[in-house]
Amino acid sequence: MKSYQEISLDGLWHNNPALVQLLGLCPLLAVTGSVVNALGLGIASILVLVGSNLSVSLIRNYVPEQVRLPAFVMIIASFVTCTELLMQAFTYELYQILGIFIPLIVTNCVILGRADAFASKNPVLPSVVDGLMMGLGFTVVLVLLGAMRELIGQGTLFENMQLLFGPMAENWKIVVFDDYSFLFAILPPGAFVGMGLLIAVKNIVDKQLKDRAEKHKDDQPKEKVDRRVRVTG
Amino acid sequence: MAFIRVSSPHLHRPLSTHQVMRYVILATLPGLAALTWIFGWGSLINVILASAFGLVFEALVLMARKRNPVPALKDNSALLTCVLLGLALPPLAPFWLVLTGSFVAIVIAKQLYGGLGNNPFNPAMVAYALLLISFPVEMTQWVMPAEMLNGNTVSLSASLQAVFTGHQQVADAFTMATPLDGFKHKGELMADEYWRLDAFAAEKVWGGWAFASVGFMVGGLFLLWKKIFTWHIPVAMLGSLTLLSAMFYGSDPSNYASPMVHLFSGATMLGAFFIATDPVTAATSNKGKLWFGAGIGVLIYVIRTWGNYPDAVAFSVLLMNFAAPFIDYYTQPRSFGHKKARKGIKHDA
Repeated sequence: MKSYQEISLDGLWHNNPALVQLLGLCPLLAVTGSVVNALGLGIASILVLVGSNLSVSLIRNYVPEQVRLPAFVMIIASFVTCTELLMQAFTYELYQILGIFIPLIVTNCVILGRADAFASKNPVLPSVVDGLMMGLGFTVVLVLLGAMRELIGQGTLFENMQLLFGPMAENWKIVVFDDYSFLFAILPPGAFVGMGLLIAVKNIVDKQLKDRAEKHKDDQPKEKVDRRVRVTG
Repeated sequence: MAFIRVSSPHLHRPLSTHQVMRYVILATLPGLAALTWIFGWGSLINVILASAFGLVFEALVLMARKRNPVPALKDNSALLTCVLLGLALPPLAPFWLVLTGSFVAIVIAKQLYGGLGNNPFNPAMVAYALLLISFPVEMTQWVMPAEMLNGNTVSLSASLQAVFTGHQQVADAFTMATPLDGFKHKGELMADEYWRLDAFAAEKVWGGWAFASVGFMVGGLFLLWKKIFTWHIPVAMLGSLTLLSAMFYGSDPSNYASPMVHLFSGATMLGAFFIATDPVTAATSNKGKLWFGAGIGVLIYVIRTWGNYPDAVAFSVLLMNFAAPFIDYYTQPRSFGHKKARKGIKHDA
């Protein structure tokens, strides 16, 4: 079984749901117009992911193989409904902005994917950690993309954060470029271009890490020298 | 019986890339001259600015890709892209608009896809479409033709001032909506009322546009004569646009623009001869080119008439660029000796 460190690294980097698995692209591209939208949806997704992974892992030995997917979908749908009601209660304006994308978390492939691929085969605690780390990985990409698009699109950062954090966040807004607008970044095509650039950056970092690791391997003295063993008579 | 004797060798060399590009750039000159004649220095400034920015971006991005920038700069392809972009942008566009457009065209639409020959979309049109949806105000104001400014176009110094400094103050005095834009927003007016009303001065303005369109057509016919491209795409595109507009104009002339207006305003001629014929992003076979061109013509008419934007060449070309691989797949020519061209996926083949 994987260690917790491996699970975390997988969720955050090596198997990042947004950058590597390319799951949940629909909300990812649709709501990342600003940091607050992205963060709101990210937190909602984390809640659902952790909850569904926990429950699926608990019932994994009792649900027959044949009906597991309907059962998982029911569980996920219940958690999404809870999250939706919570958002209505505490962050009503943000709930209105995100609109249909909150109920649509049900169809986010990351959640069903982790439930089926991980939680249904692993004990409770690793499943919760997996859900948390996958959710965090997804949220980090959401927020990065949201920040990029908000900055390039309207020249601000952290606008309207009070929708999520209450009145204390009212003056968090940073105006980087005054009186500026580049509509393209806010519109859907900007999301696709931004996403492509993020994936490209990840690939560059991965390549450099790999190159460095290989360089390191050469530095170490070779203790074992491979010898061809004569196998024929 | 006299045979004409031509001494050997009889073979001739196909044109190299930079020669083709040079011909196409030369062929834009009549259109550029007409635009400058009618609308003043704006288009010329656009073309020069876009070319300068474009070449710098091309060199920078090639160096970043660890390629030698010299051969790519010499093949004139970046220059052509930027010339076309400069022609498409409204005169007196602020310089940052041209800068953004050149960056998008060269860096994003061309080099990030792998450079010349690998870009699936026409770079100049990607840049134009991006600017149009990002900066609708700056992109839909076109300079008045000389006739409306008492025969004088905007002076060179005023043009430069408009481009580099306070764009709005200078430009607002000299700009108005294009005839296509005006026609789209004519509201309850009948078509002939619109053309006659002094407030729009639509006929005068359209005269200027038609003159520039003829300029582009002359350049395009020169390229056709030089066999830089075949007749299929321009003919199919202009043909389908004429046919559709004639059908609707014939059924209701008071609400639809005539085929002449559609053919000789906006970017129709520029698009038909210089943009849709880009060999990299168009369909390949002759039959495919006919479909490709016809699709552009239909889309132009549909978007112009029922869409949100007054002109539609950029969007139509981009949409058909998407479709080009698909068209190629279904229009593979029959190779000699084979019975039938393969169409679609066949398992027994």
